[in-house]
Order: sequence, then structure tokens, then C-alpha cells
Amino acid sequence: MKRVQFEHSPLPYLFIAPQIIIIVIFFLWPAGQAIYQSFLLEDAFGLSSKFVWFRNYKDTIFSDAWLQAAGFTIVFSTIVTVLSLGLALLLAVKANEVLQGARTYKTLLMWAYAIAPPVAGLMGNLMFNPLVGDMYKFMNAIGFDFDHKLDPWDASFVVILISVWKQVSVNFIFFLSGLQGIPNSVIEAATMDCKSSFRRFWTITFPLLAPTTFFLMVINITYAFFDTFGIIDTTTQGAPGGATNTLVFKVYQDGFRGADIGGSSAQSVVLMLMVLALTVIQFRFIEKKVHY
Amino acid sequence: MKLLSMLTAGAMTLAIPASAQTDIQFWHAMGGRLGEVVEEIATKYNESQDTYNLVPTYKGGYEDTMTAGIAAFRAKQQPNIIQIFDAGAATIINAKGATIPVADLMTEHAGGFDSADYIEGVRYFYADSDGKMIGMPFNSSTPLLYWNKDIFAEVGIDAPPATWEEFEAMAPKFKEAGYQALAQSHSPWIFAENFHSRHNLQMATANNGYDSTDVEILYNNDAMKMHWGKVKAWLDEGYYGHYGREWGANQDAFVQKKTAMWMGSSGSFGGLTTSADFQFGASYLPYWTSVIDEPKGTFIGGAALFAMAGKSDEENAGTADFLKFLTSPEMQYFWHKETGYVPITNAAYEMAKADGYYETTPDAEVGILQLTQPGAEWTKGYRLGFYVQIREVMYAQFDNILSGSSDVDTAFDAIEEEANALLKRFNDSMN
Repeated sequence: MKRVQFEHSPLPYLFIAPQIIIIVIFFLWPAGQAIYQSFLLEDAFGLSSKFVWFRNYKDTIFSDAWLQAAGFTIVFSTIVTVLSLGLALLLAVKANEVLQGARTYKTLLMWAYAIAPPVAGLMGNLMFNPLVGDMYKFMNAIGFDFDHKLDPWDASFVVILISVWKQVSVNFIFFLSGLQGIPNSVIEAATMDCKSSFRRFWTITFPLLAPTTFFLMVINITYAFFDTFGIIDTTTQGAPGGATNTLVFKVYQDGFRGADIGGSSAQSVVLMLMVLALTVIQFRFIEKKVHY
Repeated sequence: MKLLSMLTAGAMTLAIPASAQTDIQFWHAMGGRLGEVVEEIATKYNESQDTYNLVPTYKGGYEDTMTAGIAAFRAKQQPNIIQIFDAGAATIINAKGATIPVADLMTEHAGGFDSADYIEGVRYFYADSDGKMIGMPFNSSTPLLYWNKDIFAEVGIDAPPATWEEFEAMAPKFKEAGYQALAQSHSPWIFAENFHSRHNLQMATANNGYDSTDVEILYNNDAMKMHWGKVKAWLDEGYYGHYGREWGANQDAFVQKKTAMWMGSSGSFGGLTTSADFQFGASYLPYWTSVIDEPKGTFIGGAALFAMAGKSDEENAGTADFLKFLTSPEMQYFWHKETGYVPITNAAYEMAKADGYYETTPDAEVGILQLTQPGAEWTKGYRLGFYVQIREVMYAQFDNILSGSSDVDTAFDAIEEEANALLKRFNDSMN
């Protein structure tokens, strides 16, 4: 390929400056501080401070509580991502086929889009309240011995349900617009060649949706890792027995509630590395299968 | 022109006192009705004198307030006064140079200080190992047993249980009538910390942590394990209700008549008066006669006010002046009546008695009576670092006991191991 050299002008730099400044102030600077703090053992007020190499990493990462949170975070994120993508895709495909009252359907499915995670969490908490919650009563009425205050499975079910519910409508909007972006001519040609709509979906529609799916996958994994904080905080707070504790919630617990700045910095650095690795894997290996 | 000069003169007279006043920043964690009472106290103080202007700011819950104070101190923007809760006491008191001990502050700026003015149960909790008060107890409460008099009458019992043995004997009657016997709102505070005080058991080495940060937890003891084995048995029998770790959810179970008894704070009294549509009473924390013959007092929960270091003499004088105002019998009595927290000075308690307050509302006195029960070696409290995290460990392991995923021995071994690792870490961060 021939490289074309344009004349340099400072103007483009000026245009990207606001973005760069935001990244530096809100990401690079705090991330640098976290890395620096993760090597220090300090009292909360910063009056005595000493450099301890990897002590903070060793103390926090090898603790049972952190390992338990890491295990739950991975399982939880996988389930939330797969379910919220799968359900949203199913709903989008079906809603796209509806002819009568299509707008009403779509509006109803987008309904929950703008709800913030803590609000979703509070609503879920109320619905699963052992004294007044309808969902709690329903689960027990249909024969489950449902007790999310003590049963780890039930508690996981509650936080996964709320997290998926909150995210499905966001994914739905993207999938729907992705579906509407597929040219009708392609669909019609495919319909003539193959009468199985199931096969048509997997051979034509789904590959054409791949860029949307990939984008949503990245967004949903980030959501499951970080944004579900608000849901955990307003529902289980990691209970019972730390069974629903996520890594980001633990960083908050140890750093912001427990005043252990070194330890929570070390945890957040590890979390940052995990998400970085995950993102690299996504872009290096999965994106190759995506055709734009 | 005349109008203009009049206006200027008017503005001047308004402006002069304001600009001459010294602002005293006060960060607190009192939300809802409690926050309103704090605002009322600030207004009363500001109206009582015109040298200082107290500015109270609500900073969220206890942990949020502590974190805000720490961040502000690191940025050299700390307030004059900050409210720190019991579990955070070790964090702020061990950080030498973060605060001015109130005993020193009051001696220097408010004409003296005598810790004997304070009631027995609050005198030592926020003091150093020599008994010198570092923090000024503010909202002081103690765990109490509340009982639904209507349900008790229905099942034919006329008094709440004084001991856990009595509780076990009466619990089946509540179950027969369709009620759970008991719920409680704070397992670490009620079923661990005050359990040790009530039974005069040592909680941690190094004098419950007052003497040193080099300390180990002693929760893994037979009495504690016996108690939690019983709690699990009560849960399985349907005598005990577990509504999660949220304070309100367990209190709601009592208010909605699911449970006949509930253990909460003496500070819950005011709230229950408005929310419960039944007759209820307050009583002492039960104890095991198998562990101790004569129960001891409990120690305070709640929070204290700390004077932060790095402020000018003028502002420190203002801080001392406000603390003196706050601990005056009149203000303490006001705070006690409005919130249900106990009055922290003997003078305020005497004033409430003389006023006949406890004749009309005898239950309001139960908390202070429990706090003034005979003290003993292990009733003054505890001073343990990273105690917020240790409480998290306890919450998690208590869940495991109740859900049956761990037996009591395994759970307490885990508490001991994890708590000691945290305490060691805290000790290393201080030295």
C-alpha cells in the first residue's frame, strides 16, 4: 500500500485534545495512582507509609474471599452476558417479524432501557423482599423453597435475573437496528434458496449481525464486570457468605468502606489487568471472525 | 443617595457579624430524622453565640463519612469535626496526628475536662488505654430486646426473657401461635461484640486491642460457638427469623408482627413508636446462665465526634466551644428525647430523671440502665483495626452457619484465621 503523506497541521490535535484530556484525567492518572498505591502499605490517613513490594497483592489476592469473588465474577459475567445477548437477540428477531402493532411491541421491549443499575437493584430488592415481595411469594408458591437471604444459588439467581433484565432492552435496541440494517434484497434472495427460516437465520442473518453482536459482547462483559456494582450494592451486598460478591464490589468494600487503600488498589490493578486481557482476547481472536 | 447609603449601611450591619464569625465544619452521618435533629442543634448553637458559625454537612452513612474524612485529610481539606462510628474507631485513633484528643482540646480551650462526668458505659470506648478520651461520644446506643406485648399476651407470657434459657423455654409457644420468636438486626454487634461484654468474655488479646495494634481475635471460644450453634438450631426449629443483614428488613419483620421479639438499638425506640401499631416494651439483652451468673453491662454502639488536627487555634477553640455546648445537660437531654440515643453525661441523665421523663416513658431508660449495669474487666469495648472488614468476615461466616454450608467450628476457625490476617495487616500499616 502506498503511504500518503499529508501536510501536518496542529488542528487535528486540537480536535482530539478534549478526549485525550478526559482520558488522562479520568483514566491514566487514577490508574497510575492505583498502581503506585498498590505497592504501599499505609494507614488510612496517610501518616505512615512504606513500600512493601507485592505484599498487598499477596495479602488480598490469595485470600479466600478474593478467590471466591473472582470465581463468582467469572461465572456471573458469563451467564449475564450470554443470557442478556441471547434473550435480546431472540426478542429482536421476533419483534422484527411482527407486522401488527410492531411499534407497541418495540416500545414495550425498550421500556427498561434508561433504568440505572441501582434503581433496577432497588426494584428487584423490593420484589424479592421476604415480607412483601411478590417475586419471593411467587417463587415459594410454585414449589421452590426459595430463600435468597441464605441460599447461595437463590441469591445468585436474584442478582443474575435483575442484571439480565436491566440489560436486555439495551441489547434489544442494538439488535433491532442491526436487523433493520440488513438489506431486504439479501433476505429475499435467501428466502428463495432456502425455506428453513432457522437455517436462513444462522447462515445469513446472524453473520450479517456479527459486528453488532461483537460490539454488544464487549459492552455486556464490561457491564457484567463493572456496572452491576449498583445491583449488588442495592440487593445482596455479597451475601450470603460472600457467594454473590463480585471483584469490583470487593474493591469498594475494602477501599471505600474498610479504608484499606493499598489492598483495594492492588485488587483494582488486578481487575484492570483481567479486563485488559479479556479485551485483548476479544479483539485478537473473536473479532477476526467478524465481517464488517 | 440617602436610600443608597441606607442600603449600604443595612448591608454592612448584616455583613459584619457574618464575616467576623469563624466557620466550624462538622461532617456527620445522621440521615433522616436524626439529621434534622442535628440541624436543630446547629441552629440552637449558632443562635446561642455569635463568635462561631457551625456548618453541619451530611456525608452519607458511617463508612461514607469516614472515607470522606480520610480523603479530605489527605487533601488537607479536613473538617473541624467528624463523626466516626465504633468499628472505625481504631482507624482514626491509631492514626496519631490525625486528631486532637478531645480531653486535650477541652482542657486547653473549654476550661477543663473530666471524664468522670460521663456515664460508665460510654467513658472508655473512645478513650486510649490510660482512659484519656480521644473522641467525644455523640450518638450512643446499646443493643436492646424489644418485645411485642400483644403477642406475649396472646400466648400467655407476661414478661420478656431475661436469659437465653428462658427464651428457649418460651419459644415453642410463639411457634404454636404462628409467630417466629426472634429476629435481630446486627449479628456482629449484638451476637458477637456485646455478647462478650454481657458475659464478661475477652474479645481480643492486648486488653481487647486497647493496649496495642499487635493483637489477635478471641472470638473462637466455646461460649460464642455454643451460642451460634443454638441460633442455628432456633432457625431450623422456626424460632428465629433471618431476614438478611439489612437492619430495616429485620426490624420490619417485628413491626409487621412476624416475630414476637426483635433485637435492635436503644436508638430504635423513637422509630418503633411511630411505626408499630401494637404495644411494645424494651428489655435487657438476654444472657446465658450457663456462661455467667450475674450478667455485666453492655458497651455503646453508635459514633463519636473527633476534632481533626491541622486547624488554627481559633477554629479549635470553636470546636471545643461547640462540644461543650453539645455535652451540656440541656442539649444531651434534648438529643436523648428526640432520638432515643442515651444521654452521655451523668448530669443529663439526672436532668431527664428529675424532669420525670422516665415516669412517662419508662422504656426510654432501659438502654441507659443497661449501660450503667456493673462494669467488669471486658465491658469497656474494643479497639480493633480493619474492623469493618472483620465484620464482613463475620457476616459471611454467620451466613454459612445459618445456611448449613459450614458447621460452627469451621466457621469460627475461618473467622479467627481471616480476622487475624486483617489485624496483622493493620498492625503492619501502623508501624
